[in-house]
Amino acid sequence: MFSFVARRILATVPVLLIVAVLVFLLLRLTPGDPAAILAGDAANTEQIARIREGLGLDRPILVQFGIWFGNLLQGNLGESFYYKTQVATLIGQRLEPTLSLAVLTICLAVMVAVPLGILAAWRFGGWLDRALMGFSVLGFSIPVFVLAYILIWLVSLKLGWLPVQGYQRIADGVGLWLYHLALPSITLSVLYIALIARVTRASVMEALGEDYIRTARAKGLPELRVLIHHGLANAAIPIVTVIGIGIALLIGGVVVTESVYAIPGLGRLTVDAVLARDFPTVQGLILFFSFVYVLVNLLVDLSYVILDPRIRY
Amino acid sequence: MRKLIALLAFSAVFGISHAQDKVLRIVPHSNLAILYPIWTTAYMSRNHGYMIYDTLFGTDEKNNIKPQMVESWTESPDHRLWTFKLRKGLEFHDGKPVTSEDVVASLQRWGKRDAMGSALMTFVDRMDTPSADTFRIFLREACGFTLEALGKPSSNVPFIMPKRVADTDPFKQIDDYIGSGPYIFKRDEFKPGDKAVYLKNTKYVPRKEAPSGTTGGKNVYVDRVEWNLALRDAQAQVNALQKGEVDIIEALGFDFFEGAKKDSNIQIPKYSTVNLQYMARFNHLHKPFDNPKVRQAVMAAFDQKQFLQAQVGVKELYNTCASMFTCGTPYGSPAGSDIQSKSNMKKAQDLVKASGYDGTPIVVMKPTDLASIQKLPDVAAQLLRQAGFKVDLQAMDWQTLVGRRAKKDPTDKGGWNMFLTAWQGHDIWNPIANPTMDTRGEASGWFGWGKDDKLLALRAQFMRETDNAKKKKLADEIQSRAFEIGTHVPLGEYSQPMAARKNISGFFITNGNIYWNLRKN
Repeated sequence: MFSFVARRILATVPVLLIVAVLVFLLLRLTPGDPAAILAGDAANTEQIARIREGLGLDRPILVQFGIWFGNLLQGNLGESFYYKTQVATLIGQRLEPTLSLAVLTICLAVMVAVPLGILAAWRFGGWLDRALMGFSVLGFSIPVFVLAYILIWLVSLKLGWLPVQGYQRIADGVGLWLYHLALPSITLSVLYIALIARVTRASVMEALGEDYIRTARAKGLPELRVLIHHGLANAAIPIVTVIGIGIALLIGGVVVTESVYAIPGLGRLTVDAVLARDFPTVQGLILFFSFVYVLVNLLVDLSYVILDPRIRY
Repeated sequence: MRKLIALLAFSAVFGISHAQDKVLRIVPHSNLAILYPIWTTAYMSRNHGYMIYDTLFGTDEKNNIKPQMVESWTESPDHRLWTFKLRKGLEFHDGKPVTSEDVVASLQRWGKRDAMGSALMTFVDRMDTPSADTFRIFLREACGFTLEALGKPSSNVPFIMPKRVADTDPFKQIDDYIGSGPYIFKRDEFKPGDKAVYLKNTKYVPRKEAPSGTTGGKNVYVDRVEWNLALRDAQAQVNALQKGEVDIIEALGFDFFEGAKKDSNIQIPKYSTVNLQYMARFNHLHKPFDNPKVRQAVMAAFDQKQFLQAQVGVKELYNTCASMFTCGTPYGSPAGSDIQSKSNMKKAQDLVKASGYDGTPIVVMKPTDLASIQKLPDVAAQLLRQAGFKVDLQAMDWQTLVGRRAKKDPTDKGGWNMFLTAWQGHDIWNPIANPTMDTRGEASGWFGWGKDDKLLALRAQFMRETDNAKKKKLADEIQSRAFEIGTHVPLGEYSQPMAARKNISGFFITNGNIYWNLRKN
């Protein structure tokens, strides 16, 4: 187990290295000049050239890469061209809103989707199953921003229950934090409820067809115990995998939701950085997202050991 | 006791912050990234500057230059020596007095970055500080725009900073945001892309005059101003205003104007008499716009109304304007504009045929992500095609456009022929500020690089003229020449509506985004 974890962690190094090189090169190939953007609309060509020089963008690409990579090896993601702030600080500032939204969304989605998926599998072909499938299609089809605007109109503007926009830190009060995140989480969770419920339904259905379920029922076990202890437990691996992917995707940026609800998270930061050609910030963010993906995948893999004792690393 | 516990629990759970403060919550027109308004010409940085810094002079609502930090000044009969005395009570946020040394250092720094400041510095022989509250500017020759430069209301504004800050390299950003303005920047609460916070500067001594433009008393009646930098979706902004979660939207989308007018909780305050102007800019370096006859044909084809209807759409928010200097300001005039204002498509087609246009496709850059100007290139492309041009309309994001327009290469090597943009009125209202009037060819500062010695000579005369009537006449001549050679095409003007909750009062004509004198009831 320890050697597996060590090997997986070591394996992340070449992955992050390749990502670093690719992101660096891709950004340099993208049209647009950070210096021209920073200088403002009325700046002249001389001012732009001076700013470019100040940012080190007049140097050969290899030299720029060498400086950036050297800093990276020392754990320094560099300084944002646009905000004149350390990229790590920017990521730190934006992590809480994104992480809060991701965790709340996934918790909500799991709490709703897993029971629904189990029930749909248990009553396969019944009205609940059909309703769930219908909801899944709707959840997959409806664009997040459309759902967001509908919910804002209904819940915030008509009923006045929740705020239209904004984020409050947990430190300002858990209630206030929840009050601001409720609507964005509900909006985002619809897609994940649809996804997780479908996967749960399919996995549990497959498990319910196995011999050990028939044996359990023949032994006279209560149906709830059969469903949870034998059905869900044996169907858990695909569900956990989907949840893991969901968390990684949510941390990787929920740009539309963050924009509509004015949540200053990593998604919005990524868009701003890309639009401003803020190379150090984009590079830092992509590396961070890659790291999160690798980490979540590792945790998902490790969870398999707990969920299925037959698996050994 | 139970009540106290309940209150404490409520506070802990729901959080109570700034409950007693009067907080003005504003949604600015864009994100605030750069906190140093001399380093960039970005309007957001300029607006931030107005919050925390003060200026020597300002421009009032009727576009007259009025003193702000200056108490009195004299001008020698030969117009070469200017002596300024600062008013009493000026103090930086760190408690240190504003001295003439701070002023001179700030002007020197500004003069190295701003176009008008640089022009002024070509006249300046030296500046000195005979006393802590007096500074002098010695000019080599008479300069006709000394006060206009010192009181210029838009980017880059000559904000006054402490000497220690102003002494740093003008091409480096600063990290010391001490000013002497009506608000104090709360650096520890600033989160880029999220919010910027300003506290009332309780030690600020406002002038006695009523506020007008960037002049007069900068009275602050709220404790705190918060700029919501995260709220950038236009619909979400309106939703937040309707629900009372924000107090002011600085730039209300045109699509929401009629709806906001009908909302009983929302007002559309009049804050500006100087409009913004759209323009189409030629690249004078390459075919076909290296030929003035081709440029004239385009001017004839570009009917302002069609651009305004497509881009703004709300009749009460736009007007045609035959002037290259903002209409309604001292140099706004229709002089020489017949080539555009009295033309039609038939004439444009005839001009295209007579121009010798060889069928070179015109690369028009279209920004897809900037709602405020994104429809203009489509109209331009259509009118150009109608006039007989071939058009290559290229879509890109604004930042790509900004990078690409700085390229002097021909179109087959990544260059361009035309882009369209918008200017705040005060950035183009006279021949010195207006960057298209700098016709030094490739040496000129702004993209497009028009070259015309006659216009340059007229501009130089304008800079030296001290008589207002003669200046006006020269401005007309400059504009006539600019229309004759086709520096660019003015495409009409519009007013950018602001929306506010009805409980906000004290709006005045600022001709910009300025937040003093406002009360929240």
